[in-house]
Amino acid sequence: MKRILGVLGLVIALYVVLFNTHANAGKSDNLIDVANLQGRYGLITLGVALVIITGGIDLSIGSVVGCGAILFGTLMVDGVHPYAAVPLVILFGLAVGVVNGLLVTRLKLQPFLVTLCGMFVIRGIARLIGGTVSRDRVLTAHPEFRGALDSLRYVLIGKDSTGELQFPAMFALMLLAVAAVGFFLHRTAYGRYWYAIGHNELAAKYAGVNVNRHRLVVYVACSALAALVGVLLFLNEATVQSDNAGVTWELYAILGAVLGGCSLRGGEGTVVGMALGAMVLPIIENVVNFSGKRSDVIPLIVGLTLLLGTMIDELIRRRSRVHR
Amino acid sequence: MPTPRLEVRAARKQFPGVLALDGVSLTLAPGEVLAVVGENGAGKSTLMKIVAGVYTPDAGAVTLDGAPVRFAGPADAIAAGVSLIHQELNLAENLTVLDNLFLGRELTCGGFLRALDRRAMGAKAADLLARVGLPTARATARVENLPPGEKQLVEIARALGTEVRVLIMDEPTSSLTQKETEQLYTVIDGLKAGGVSVLYISHRLAEVKRVADRVVVLRDGRNAGELAEADVTHDNMVRLMVGRDLKQFYPKVKRSGTGGAPVLSLRDLRFRGGPDAPVSLDVRAGEILGTAGLVGAGRTELSEAVFGARAITSGELLLDGAPVRIKSPADAIAAGILLVPEDRRLHGLILPESVGFNLSLPNLDALGSPFGVKRRAESALHTTWIERLRVKTPSAAQPVGLLSGGNQQKVVYGKWLARAPRVLILDEPTRGVDVGAKAEIYALIDELAGTGVAVWMITSDMEELLGMSDRVLVMHEGRVAGELAGAQLTEEAVMRLATGGTST
Repeated sequence: MKRILGVLGLVIALYVVLFNTHANAGKSDNLIDVANLQGRYGLITLGVALVIITGGIDLSIGSVVGCGAILFGTLMVDGVHPYAAVPLVILFGLAVGVVNGLLVTRLKLQPFLVTLCGMFVIRGIARLIGGTVSRDRVLTAHPEFRGALDSLRYVLIGKDSTGELQFPAMFALMLLAVAAVGFFLHRTAYGRYWYAIGHNELAAKYAGVNVNRHRLVVYVACSALAALVGVLLFLNEATVQSDNAGVTWELYAILGAVLGGCSLRGGEGTVVGMALGAMVLPIIENVVNFSGKRSDVIPLIVGLTLLLGTMIDELIRRRSRVHR
Repeated sequence: MPTPRLEVRAARKQFPGVLALDGVSLTLAPGEVLAVVGENGAGKSTLMKIVAGVYTPDAGAVTLDGAPVRFAGPADAIAAGVSLIHQELNLAENLTVLDNLFLGRELTCGGFLRALDRRAMGAKAADLLARVGLPTARATARVENLPPGEKQLVEIARALGTEVRVLIMDEPTSSLTQKETEQLYTVIDGLKAGGVSVLYISHRLAEVKRVADRVVVLRDGRNAGELAEADVTHDNMVRLMVGRDLKQFYPKVKRSGTGGAPVLSLRDLRFRGGPDAPVSLDVRAGEILGTAGLVGAGRTELSEAVFGARAITSGELLLDGAPVRIKSPADAIAAGILLVPEDRRLHGLILPESVGFNLSLPNLDALGSPFGVKRRAESALHTTWIERLRVKTPSAAQPVGLLSGGNQQKVVYGKWLARAPRVLILDEPTRGVDVGAKAEIYALIDELAGTGVAVWMITSDMEELLGMSDRVLVMHEGRVAGELAGAQLTEEAVMRLATGGTST
């Protein structure tokens, strides 16, 4: 429990700051908006956190998100029904995860390098598939998809047919994912194996764990979640551009995981911590927006707040270690 | 009696939960080689670290040439002429021998610029290297390119560069070849002649006999006795170290030892990274098959191949007479072939995780269900094995890395015993284990063999080999050099075979 106290405190403190920034900040519309963004980052944070727990890293997430969104739009423009396009995009994510995982486990390449290359390759594929996709284009080409797209938008991102945000569907999706990841991580043998691999791969192998298979599984889960977020991105935005969609999101995901208690050395982290870690960034962005400052200050404030957060977190963890 | 070079009086050192030293005393004359022996956990390393200024004693006094000293740190001790050469070498691998010899005390010229005085250092290095029998040309070699023996000598040369009065050597030969060890002895003889006193710590009693003028034996943090040169024999040292009769220590109570049907058979086995000659052997039900050999004889590699951690390239493995295919540790474990590895910190345990986590890890197949791991069955497993093996831990939630070596090793045994092994491969079964836990582990191994488990024990500890084995295979350069049992099973016979001799 102590491990998540730091990030829990940070989240609460940021909400307090948010409520005090502007009269409208505490209204439910705004909170739903923030929650949706938290859900979106939360999904990729959970994915990369699994990889980080096994001692790996995935830098290709942002590109998979962007490519997933572009692929989703392009498939529908080409006449694939939205309900069929969603599983196809997720299949694309699974394939990316398999390739990443095989390169890491079979060829024994460094995860950092494999997924760094993946980041460029997949971004390149996205840009070759198309420059810009949007719902308008899909609907111009296939007006008959309107009903299906409206339903998807309502269920997956919580917007009704007029574009009004009704409920934080992406946050709800994240909670579902938290439940699933939490079950596997903390209640099943798989989770034990992932922690074991992250701490000491050799000892896990000598205990009979199929290390390669489990490392592959977490890369696949990570990329599949990123592709799903690509679908969400398309549904949420008016237009998606292949050269900037999802750029640097892998770093947001990794930051969320680390804030949530994952060690980049592997073997540590809890699902509640990850979810809380993912909630930090959208609140900061929202605070900056409401405080009426230029959006140019966002990166600086994000960076400084996160640095402060990690410092406080580290101090708390050091103290709890002494008392153990 | 002349003033001793070094005297330690009633040194006491308490660590959290352990009293490492409980009033240990020793004296060291100028130019004397004093060996300090004792089981792991007897307090040897703590004593040495107190002498070398790494630890400060809670009580007691250290005097150097008659003057009381209290070192604030290793640098202080080195300045006073006391240098410790560690078990793990402390050289900067990426630098040259010359750089290492003067690391932290470079000879400089040019005042505050501290420009390196290469010429002066070169001259001094040549002198230091000559004193340890290394050629001058070595000065420019990078340390990482040297064989382990030469690294050891470079460490000694570095200590000599500080006008050393007391040189402490902690297991200096653990990674050396026979030839390198001989060279080290020559260097030690030279140091003695030069008036340097040496404190020599080793597990290898044969070595102690060769090199020591006097032996101090420690047991459980106390002086257990002292042997003058004439009395330094293997048996005397062991009696003082163990403090009990050897027969009791190595039980043969529960097992018959004659061996039943072969459980595990290796037929012309070759494996990746192994020797060209194939290996064949049988491990029988209810016996303890000991395997001896020098470091590098290929014993650990062979056991890794049987356990599936190393690829088998030809030959076959039979389990109860039927061929089995083992391509990974998971296959071996499924077949009931379990390995207690040589290096438990690397292969045996997930140190930051809890005792319970480690006990469960290879048993999760039995504990799983569609609703996750069965909590109640799991905690029953933890309690059972913590109690049966008498693991000293506050709870199953304690990180295993915080336990003592003996208790860590018990956890490694526990995680396998929960699986009911057919074949138990023990690679250095009591390495780094204190004497009390050792006795418990030996009793456990005896009991397991008594229930029909085929135990294959690989060990470099001669007493353990002779005390526990019903039958011994000696390996030399990757092949089985001979088999010994009963009256033939003597230390001399084992060493003859291990060094390439014949059994007759």
